[in-house]
Amino acid sequence: MANRKVVVGPMTRVNGMWEIHVTLDGQNRVVEARSASPFWRGMELILQSRDPRDAPYLTERICGICSSAHGYAASLALEEAAGVEPPPNGILVRNVLLGADFLQNHIRHFYFLHMPAFVAGPEQPPFAPRFTTDLRIPRRVSETIYQGYFRAIDESRRAHELAALFSGKVPHGHGVVAGGATVHPDSEKILRALGMVSKLRSFIDEHYLPDVERIAEYYPDYFSIGGGTEGFFSFGAFPQAPHKKKTAIPGGVMLEGRREELDLSAIEEHVRFSYYDQESRQHPAKGTTEVALEKPGAYTFVKAPRYKGRALETGPIARMWFAGRYREEPSTLSRTVARALEARLIVDLIEEWLLAMDPSSPVFEPFEVPEEGRGVGILGAMRGALGHWVEISSRRIARYQIITPSAWNCSPSDDTGRPSPVEAALLGVQVQNPEEPVELGRIVRSFDPCLSCATHVIKGGRRLTSFQII
Amino acid sequence: MSLANIFLPHLAQALGNEERPPVIWIEATTCTGDILSAINAVDHDLRHLLSSVIDLRYQQLLMGGEGSVAREVLEQAMDGRLGRFLLIVEGTIPLRAGGGFNVIARRPSGHGITPLEAVRELGQRASHVLAAGVCASFGGPFAANPNPTQSVPLHQVLDRRVINVPGCPVHPDWLWGTLTHCLLYGTPDLDSFSRPTLFFGQTVHDLCTRRQFFDNGIFASELGQPTCMYKLGCKGPVTFADCPRRQWNGHLSWPVEANTPCIGCTSPEFPDRMTPFYARLPGLELPGVRVSTATLTKLVAGATAAGIGLHLAGKVLTGRLGQTYRKERTPTEIQEIVRVKKILRALPPGCGTRIESRRQEDPRSVTLRHLRKVKARGRGQESRTPRKLEERPPEQGDRPARGERKV
Repeated sequence: MANRKVVVGPMTRVNGMWEIHVTLDGQNRVVEARSASPFWRGMELILQSRDPRDAPYLTERICGICSSAHGYAASLALEEAAGVEPPPNGILVRNVLLGADFLQNHIRHFYFLHMPAFVAGPEQPPFAPRFTTDLRIPRRVSETIYQGYFRAIDESRRAHELAALFSGKVPHGHGVVAGGATVHPDSEKILRALGMVSKLRSFIDEHYLPDVERIAEYYPDYFSIGGGTEGFFSFGAFPQAPHKKKTAIPGGVMLEGRREELDLSAIEEHVRFSYYDQESRQHPAKGTTEVALEKPGAYTFVKAPRYKGRALETGPIARMWFAGRYREEPSTLSRTVARALEARLIVDLIEEWLLAMDPSSPVFEPFEVPEEGRGVGILGAMRGALGHWVEISSRRIARYQIITPSAWNCSPSDDTGRPSPVEAALLGVQVQNPEEPVELGRIVRSFDPCLSCATHVIKGGRRLTSFQII
Repeated sequence: MSLANIFLPHLAQALGNEERPPVIWIEATTCTGDILSAINAVDHDLRHLLSSVIDLRYQQLLMGGEGSVAREVLEQAMDGRLGRFLLIVEGTIPLRAGGGFNVIARRPSGHGITPLEAVRELGQRASHVLAAGVCASFGGPFAANPNPTQSVPLHQVLDRRVINVPGCPVHPDWLWGTLTHCLLYGTPDLDSFSRPTLFFGQTVHDLCTRRQFFDNGIFASELGQPTCMYKLGCKGPVTFADCPRRQWNGHLSWPVEANTPCIGCTSPEFPDRMTPFYARLPGLELPGVRVSTATLTKLVAGATAAGIGLHLAGKVLTGRLGQTYRKERTPTEIQEIVRVKKILRALPPGCGTRIESRRQEDPRSVTLRHLRKVKARGRGQESRTPRKLEERPPEQGDRPARGERKV
């Protein structure tokens, strides 16, 4: 039998627009996979020549589900450029609200986006119509898991409320700014937050973790499907006071099972298969970029970031590996398990930070926007390593650049044809029913892809120096 | 007998079987923040909405279908097989390259369905069209200067009424409240920007929980201070929304409560005319709160008639009243201040701030004057005729004049 092309477009239940194109051989095995994002907005162009203090609020608008992470990374970048260190209390407030947004993300990802591909829900819209291939979970267990789904509506909202307590509103909160935070913790807020945290902990213990186990019980083969990643890449998560380079969850690079220190100058972006007209294999901070929709061979608006030429995976599974809490081989279900374990860890961390808050200490350090300057903000976001680079000239943004976690995970192949982590995870997968390739969605959603974040363009004539992280 | 009755009866019961209007929700060029905010509703939460209010057929983030199954649902709605439905669109509509900067579904032929194509088809068949969030309503952040994708708000590509429910993101109460109004009572009262006056009828400034600090001239000098955010760039005086009264995320807080300025995210000119976010508004010569010479005269006359020294009225006007109030606490002074305040309250809002505008002239007052004109025009006619889609070359696109932003 001849090869057959299969497209899943739209790949629904992800943040942003995404398509998966695969080629199946005669035995319905995936021999070629393409992660294609048909979606571009150009946020970095929009940021140019604006007041640098606007960047945290504007970059939040890149992504509705991880807005606080973008606001936080943009604040870190401007803080470095302005040479300001936020007070320890402010860092605690920021970490609590980012942590709360993590919980919202992880709960919503598992129940609303990921789980429905494994478990049959009610036979009514929006749950149906749907693929019906390979649904193994018996009705009684499905009902239990969907009880978790409906609880998740309340609990993910509660996680958002915890973030809003310190941020005014979410998505797109106001509480993280360059210089620290803006909401002063007081006994009532701390008490209320502790109450929310305890409810979230019960939900994770009573529903989230058991429901992940239930799916694992019926789909054990997915612990060996969807691997293929070459290594891990992480900026850690939650900067610590007073040295924000130190993080509560450690970061690093894992290549061939060995941990290395991160060297940001080793990042190159490949554009052979992306709709951009620029020189390939450049450090992300270099060069100009023009969109070229008609470029032959190109299939996505996402570039391909590579570390020392390797396509590395980032996300909760990488963070849990560096934290030494979960060291399974990457696969569809091990990513899901790592995300659930991270949610459980974050609940404890939030509680710790809330109790460490000091109502009488400041949360914000005033500063002047520098005439000239540059800064980098690297942060562990919900989906992995997020970096914001800013260059300021005449108190305005001269150039701005963002590399998101989903650019690492969901990028296209690079110049040498090396597939991205998502594409590698799909290669060799046996598809049961090519009319309903349910396996593809299950695998790619385990990365918690966010194509809203991944599609950017970088522009500007000047180059940034390379950055080293200690 | 529907499958729901034999499969998962428990859930079928939970979701209800009564007639609910079909809803198609299109994510155009967006951050997905509007649906994520919409499911933050507290009592009318997602479960209640799905079981009793709407029959959500197409919603990229929540639907069970994917790939061909999802596309089929979309095509049914686009070619009329679904019949009438309610259309909600979040995100702005890119026009550059024929709309090719976003593809929301792909046909087997390889043809990509763009948001432009989808909403123009769906818009003809929908009973009501709601723009959820500031992007679909007015363009929003992704249509900001230099508008790289040549994106336009929804009403510019449809020849019919679009109800704008702005906000970045949209507040769940605003969206579901507007939708429910459409279902039960038809189109709600709209302002000149096609926003429901139910939620966007008053300025944030008029409803502000910290209005007293403004009136008393107590202004925050840096972020994080619990007073009036006006001097830190608060756009509350030009922003129509009920955030201070309604509050966000379980009615828990809102941006000013978080000690930060309102950034005007429900305004037609967000974000371009609302940035820099921390730049102070140039006086308050604004729609709805404009002060004429006549009222100023009236104020001075009133103050004199009340027997109050002009210096005190001046202090009230220039915003130094707060300090006066704190320093000199003689009973006579306090009595006089209370009387001045009474007079001020009886006057149209905003007259105490006229003096502010003399201090500096800001180029953006041009915009504000424009805003006022549009507002005035809106009073003359009930509904706004949507502009037709214009084909424009990309280089002339939506690039607003921005005098202070020269690269």
